[in-house]
Formats: sequence, C-alpha cells, structure tokens
Amino acid sequence: MKQYILPALRLTVICIVVFCVVYPTIIWAIAKAAPGQGKGETIQKNGKVIGYEKLGQSFTEDRYFNSRPSAVAYNAAGSAGSNKGPSNPDYLKEVQARIDTFLVHNPDVKTSQIPVELVTASGSGLDPHLSPKGAKIQIARIAKIRNVSSEKLTQLVDQYTEKPFMGPEVVHILKLNIALDEL
Amino acid sequence: MNTEILSVGLTFLVTILLAIPLGRYIARVYKGESTLLDPIFNPLDKLIFRITGVDASREMNWKQHLYALLTINLVWFFVAMFLLMNQGWLPLNPDGNPSMSPNLAFNTAISFLVNCNLQHYSGETGMSYLNQIAFVTFLQFVSAATGLAAAALVFKSLTPNSATVQKGLRGLGNFYNYFVKSLTRILLPISILVAVVLVFNGTPMNFEGKDQFISVQGDTVNVSRGPAAAMIAIKHVGTNGGGYFGANSAHPLENPNFLTNTVEIMAQMIIPLAMVFALGFYLKRRKLSWMIFGVMTIGFLLLTIPAIYSEIQGNPQIQKMGIDQSSGAMEGKEMRIGVPASAYWSIGTTVISTGSVNSMHDSTMPITGMMQMLAMMTNAFYGGCGVGILNFYVFIIIAVFISGLMVGRTPEFMGKKIEAREIKIAMIVALFHPFLILVGTSLSAYGITNLKDIAWLNNPGFHGFSEMLYEFTSSAANNGSGFEGLGDNTPWWNISTGIVLLLGRFIPIIGPLAIAGLLASKKHIPESAGTLKTDTSTFGLMIFAVILIITALSFFPALTLGPIAEYFSIY
Repeated sequence: MKQYILPALRLTVICIVVFCVVYPTIIWAIAKAAPGQGKGETIQKNGKVIGYEKLGQSFTEDRYFNSRPSAVAYNAAGSAGSNKGPSNPDYLKEVQARIDTFLVHNPDVKTSQIPVELVTASGSGLDPHLSPKGAKIQIARIAKIRNVSSEKLTQLVDQYTEKPFMGPEVVHILKLNIALDEL
Repeated sequence: MNTEILSVGLTFLVTILLAIPLGRYIARVYKGESTLLDPIFNPLDKLIFRITGVDASREMNWKQHLYALLTINLVWFFVAMFLLMNQGWLPLNPDGNPSMSPNLAFNTAISFLVNCNLQHYSGETGMSYLNQIAFVTFLQFVSAATGLAAAALVFKSLTPNSATVQKGLRGLGNFYNYFVKSLTRILLPISILVAVVLVFNGTPMNFEGKDQFISVQGDTVNVSRGPAAAMIAIKHVGTNGGGYFGANSAHPLENPNFLTNTVEIMAQMIIPLAMVFALGFYLKRRKLSWMIFGVMTIGFLLLTIPAIYSEIQGNPQIQKMGIDQSSGAMEGKEMRIGVPASAYWSIGTTVISTGSVNSMHDSTMPITGMMQMLAMMTNAFYGGCGVGILNFYVFIIIAVFISGLMVGRTPEFMGKKIEAREIKIAMIVALFHPFLILVGTSLSAYGITNLKDIAWLNNPGFHGFSEMLYEFTSSAANNGSGFEGLGDNTPWWNISTGIVLLLGRFIPIIGPLAIAGLLASKKHIPESAGTLKTDTSTFGLMIFAVILIITALSFFPALTLGPIAEYFSIY
C-alpha cells in the first residue's frame, strides 16, 4: 500500500502547485492586459459605475426599454433561471399575466406582435439583450412618454443593434437606455 | 435563425476537423513519441517526476494501475472534504461564504472527484475563491486526467506485441506517466488557450470579491466576480461542467458572447472526439476509428436534430396565447446565444458528460428533455474525457460476443478471444447504469408520493417526475447537469446521488480496465479468414443495435412516465 500512498501524496502536492498556483497566476496576469483587467468591464457615467457591460439590469419603468423578466431580479450577487417546465400550469398563468400587463402598458401593440423573450425569463436572470423586435415594439410607448419622435428612437435602436458573426441579432438594453437618457 | 442553424453545423464540422490532428497528437503522447511541445513539457515532466520520486518508466499491470488510480483518488477525496467543510475560515473568501454541511460536502467532493460536477450549491454563495481554485479547478484537471490515463491503458492493452509479464499479468505502461502527460501535454495547453479567449471577451479573473453599484433605475446591485476564467476553461476542456456561477454558461460573465459560446462547446467536445481518432492512430487502425466515430456520430445526430427542431417550434401552450414565438422556446435561454445554439449545446453537453449548460434544461420542451436524458442513458456517444471511449469499449465487447454467436465464429477482438469472464464484466458494467438510475428514481418517487412534508419539486405532474429521473441519470452518467428546479440540497439527494456518482464513475473504469488486463494477458491469435471483422460498417450497425436495445429496454418505461407523457399533455 505504501508504494501507492507516497507517490499519490507527492503528486497531489505538486499538482496543487501547478494547477492552483502557477496556472491561475498565468491567466490572472494575462487578464491584466484584457479590457477591464479581469475585474469585469464597467460602464461609467460622471466617474461613477452605473453598470457592468456584460450584465443586464432591471428596467421596469415605462420610460425605459424594459428588459426581460428575471428569476433573480437582475441582482448579480446570484444567477438563475426560473426552471419552470413547459407544462407547469402556474407558469403558463404567469406568462399570460405578463402578456396582459405588457398590453396595458403598450396599448398600441397587438398580442401577435409581442416577441416571446419579453414574457419569458432568461437562463441566467441577467440577460443584457433583447432582439431588435423586442426593442422596437416598445418604441411607441417611450416616444409618447418622452416626447421624442418614433423615427429617432428607431434610429437609436438600429444604432445599438449588434450583429455578431453567425449569432443572433441583439440589442444591448443597458447601453440603449443610457443613450436614451442622453437624447 | 437559418444562419444560427448553419453555425451549429459549422461548429460541429470544425470540431471534427480539429479533433483529427489532436487525436494524432494524443496517440503520440501516450506512445511516448516526440511531439512539438516537447521542449516546453519535457523539463516540466522531468521536474515533476524528480520531485515526486516516481519512476515513470516502471511497467504496471492492470491491477497495479487500478491501485494507483484508486489510492490517489482517495487522497483527493480527503483533501476535498477538508477544504469544503472549512472554507468559511480559510483564506481567500472575500464574500464570506460559509463552510459546507457534511452531507453537502460529501456530495460536492465526490461529484468533482468523479468528473461529474453535479452542483447542489450555487457558486456565488456556496464556494470561496480558495475552493474555486484549490478544490474545483484542481479536481477538474486531475479527474479528467484520471479518465484519460485509464483510456491510455486500454489503448496499450489492444496492441498485439506482448511486453513484460509480471505475475502472469502483462505490463501496460505506467499510470503516473499517463496521468502526468494527460495533464501537462493535453489538458493544460488547451485550457490556457481557452482561458485567454475568455478573459479577452470579458470573463473575470480577479480576487477582489463582490462589487456593488447603483443601477440606472436606482436599484442597488451586487456583482459576484472572482477567478472565473481559469476555471471555466478546464471545466470544458476536461468535460467537467461545474459552473463558476450558479447559472453556469448561461451567465453573461461565464459565457459573454456568441464567440465564447462556440469556443466553449468546441472545447468540451474536442478531447472526447479526439480520443476516438487517437485510438486509430495508436493502433494504426484508422478504419476502426472511423467505424466507432460513425456509430457515435449517427447516435449524436439522432439526438441533436429532434432537440433543435422541437426548441425552434417553441412551446405550444405559449403559442396558444397568440404571441410571436418565431425565435423559439425562450424560457431559460439567453438572447445572445439563441435557440439553435442552446439546443445543440444541451445535447453536446449531455452526450459528452460535461454537464455545463447554456440554457436551463428544466425549461426545455419535453422532446428535448428526453433527448438530453437519452444522451446520458446511452452514455456511449463520444462520452467524457477518456471514460467515453471506455464505455464504448464495453459495448464493443458485448457486440463482438453477440455477433460471434450469431455467425458461429469465435468472438475475438483485436486478436484476443473474448470469453465468459470478460463478457460477464461487460454485462455488469452495461446493466449497472440503468440499475442505478431506475432504483434511485423509484425510491425518490416513492418518497415524494408517500411522505407529506417533502417539497423537492419545482414543477408538478409528469415534469416533476422528469426532474427526479434526470437527476439520477445525470449522476449515474457522471454528467452533472440537472433539471435545476429540483430542490436537491437535502440529505436524501446529497447522499443518494453521492453514492450513485461513485458507483457510476468507478465501475465503468474498473470494468474496462479488468477486461483490458485480462485480454492483454491472453495469447494473440493472428487474423485469419475466420476472424470476425470489427472495423466494418456491418459491425458498426451491430454495436448500434446493442446500444439501442439495452437503452430502449431499460429506459422506455421510465421515459413514458416523464417526458413522453408530458409531450402528450401539452400538444
């Protein structure tokens, strides 16, 4: 037995050195050269951090482009999806309620125009994006409240639409709303 | 949507194209031939062997391999238990996360030890920075290397030349040699590459604890960060799958954009695919590799295509509400990843036994959920680091035996006769998997129906049953993903899945090792006209039939109660 225990102990120690000290230190040092220095890229306004570039925020007020429903209310101390199954009757009622609420806040919109992401929670609860459709459908409401022309808002949404290589087209809602405040 | 579907196909193709040269490289590493990376890693390996005093050239037979493997795993288990139960007061814990309860620590320690990474805790609140590195990252490296080392032994056992014989058993290389080389020459370089891609796309790698800010709308928001990039790289490369954050690769910091999503899914599939090709290069039998690859790929596609299709169709119950569901079933999915790439990942991660998720499997459509479970129930298409090829090896043995009987030839594989002992071991390994899953699920189902104060389930009805079935399937297959609605941090789930994890890991390693050892000690019979050809498509079909029959017979009743019943309840 001894012939197996000693190598096991020694190998464990050296693996801890290589994979828990050397390897993370290399990555940590490389991260210093990356945007955000490995601390996460922030978005600042007047020298104050108002958000993390990768993380979505809760936008529920009518004067902002609303973000998707979230199981953790966009508090990035944690992260989770709703984990509701497709047949769960309570869940289906909740989705119906979200549709109804959306229609109350956006009276010009027809049910068939509401994109599904606006009434379903994301996997992380921190999804920073909407589809261009999901943003544009909110333009009429925001234009009315803010007294801005719809054309201008459409332009703004187009400007903040990202088209990654082969990936889905998305709009970054935090950046879009910050730009909206600056109009 | 169409470009996204195309991107999924392209991702798969590129993974295969990269896996072929990697397989050639892996074969050279295990054969001890020279490779491009020698100038860097020869000195490192030498240093490791000198400090540890291990003689890496000493030949070991299969039993000595097994003792070495089990002993070092036992050491890791004790180290892991200590770290988890004391993380509250140990250093590098800026968020002040508490120490784990003994039963949670038991489950977590085993789960990472066996390369499964089932997580009954949430990364942000349940794991200190010290343990994200010293426990999680450490075990993610060494458990993957354990699987690879076991596969290397099986490779060696299939070579015809009989080398040194000790106590009647043939030497099959040195465990420590395979183990260290898997770490330094395969896992480490690929992990560094992936980690670099991640940090430059916004994944954090720092030690500064939670940040706090006031959001645009005026909410106070806390942000969990930490040494994530280093861990997320090996989590995929080593087919581990345990998330740094609770939401795993659905988290925007763990998987910031479509590019990282593609890199992460490729990183987790590449070594299992490469091992199939490595076998062919190692034995100089490329045709055998292509046969195995063909069977696995047909299985993989049969699972993937229905999954992607049913996710794109979306939830029929939501369709009835009359909204625009053209982007598919979005519950539990991220916009930047989209439905096709999420569905593809969900099958990739369950086939490969990684278990990282970029969408919440609990919220996928019934057919997709069934495909995810079937991927883990068959547990033989590609599979995890090293152990995938071991599981497939068991099915090869069974298929050789059955086809030998069917055509009236002596069952032989690679010039070795397969006899009663080997086939018994193979059958035990193959049948133990459904046994663990079905017994565990039925005990839980008994508990939930008979004990009033149990409230594990997040969903009622058939889907609730699926949550329990998925948990045991994932444990037995050492996958680690979950229908995460299940309230699984309870003594019952921690202990029962902990035991299933252990058995689900070590029986499929010990079995093939024993078969390999037994076969290696037998006399080599030269190939003749009477030999059953094992590298033909006919034999591939035979293996496929064996896998299909075992899976269907074992799991069809359970699947009927879960996803199949749910399907008919919503369509």
